[in-house]
Amino acid sequence: MALEIYLDLFSQPCRSVYIFAKKNNIPFEFKKISLLEGQQYGEDFGKINMMRKAPAIRDGDFCLAESVAIMQYLAEKFQTPAHWYPSDLQQRARVNEYLSWQHMAIRMHGSKIFWLRLLIPKIMGVEVPQDKMDGALEDLNGSLKLVEDKFLQDRPFIAGEQVSLADLVAIVEIMQPVGSGLDVFESRPRLAAWRERVRVAVGTELFDEAHKDILAAQEMVKNMDASKMQVFKPKILKLFL
Amino acid sequence: MAGGVKYPEVYLDMLSQPCRALHILLSFNKVPFTIRTVALRKGEQKTPEFTSLNPMQKVPVLVDNGFVLTESVAILKYLVTKYSLPEHWYPSQPERRAKVDEYISWHNTNTRPHTAKVFITEVLIPRMTGSAVDGLRVERALAELKDTLDMLESMFLKRQPFLCGDDITLADLLAVCELMQPLGGDRDVLSDRPKLQRWRSRVQSALGESFDDAHSVLYKLRDNFKSKL
Repeated sequence: MALEIYLDLFSQPCRSVYIFAKKNNIPFEFKKISLLEGQQYGEDFGKINMMRKAPAIRDGDFCLAESVAIMQYLAEKFQTPAHWYPSDLQQRARVNEYLSWQHMAIRMHGSKIFWLRLLIPKIMGVEVPQDKMDGALEDLNGSLKLVEDKFLQDRPFIAGEQVSLADLVAIVEIMQPVGSGLDVFESRPRLAAWRERVRVAVGTELFDEAHKDILAAQEMVKNMDASKMQVFKPKILKLFL
Repeated sequence: MAGGVKYPEVYLDMLSQPCRALHILLSFNKVPFTIRTVALRKGEQKTPEFTSLNPMQKVPVLVDNGFVLTESVAILKYLVTKYSLPEHWYPSQPERRAKVDEYISWHNTNTRPHTAKVFITEVLIPRMTGSAVDGLRVERALAELKDTLDMLESMFLKRQPFLCGDDITLADLLAVCELMQPLGGDRDVLSDRPKLQRWRSRVQSALGESFDDAHSVLYKLRDNFKSKL
């Protein structure tokens, strides 16, 4: 049975796994799963990933969740070029450092902006209070500053001279608030230059294809049926408001 | 020790869960290291010196002969490789390693924040602000933790002795240190979970002395907490 990868390209970690697999010519079956339509709650998907999240893979009998774990597994299994997850001890540690930090930093802050700007107004029918928006923006700016000042510094990529999983995971998260109409690159030339380097390193066509949906998010969300998204209300109230 | 090469320095506060995990791995495996204490309650992570070492102002930080590394997960993996620690900590077989990576990734956004929140609402905030415990916030934190504990049992532990299989791994080490934290407020979050309690006992046995040594500060905090009631 072919490797199955369950993906929704609206989701940042799905994009990183998709780009990684395609760039490395890893043969797989793209199994589309629409998160905003609640398809992750289906019975079959539950057997692949009890946590009801994407991305997830099924490789024969082996099921795996969590994008970072998935990419590390695929890198090993398909012996992808070393620069993605370097074998040099210190370089690998640098990549691991970023992959660990990002969960509760840039990922959290970028996701929140996307929800506050686009999804919450759509689902709840109200704009988010300005103080909440300002707070979220401050958090995002703080994380972006750390990406630039601590993780990138004056290097072309996070681990050094070549692109790695760290850059891939970083870029897909930073693109999320961009999809909500907030151009975080506008006032950040160093970050914009890095984005272009990553885009070229993975292949501009592949990068743009992976980001087509999220960059059209404002339009797509506008046309969504809010009544079908009410299942997210409790999560929104708990997490964001 | 080769001339000029120093033991790695580890910047720690033993009240911090990831710091304890690191301390346990090093001492259990008898890896020599130098401790540099950073007292979080005194704000020592915010000093200019520490900030230039780690702009994130967090512990633990490893300084290995000039190589500075943050994030406990990255540090643990680095040490396992550098000191060729026993395989079981972070297996090399791809599927077994992937299961440890899967737990560790999920841990960052589940076990860690949800367990910490119980301790923060029940112990830290009242201590720092001098106010009474906000029972409602503690209840909410416990409710969120419940989902995490359910997942820990049904998705990870299942019928296995340890979270990722037959042997203790970095996953168990990280998880147990988080789940111990609320004990600082004399709360055992596993008190009504016999399966997880048995897992915790197995982990404690596997780690021996290094477990209680690392948790001595937390036990003292609990004793203080209890004596004030």
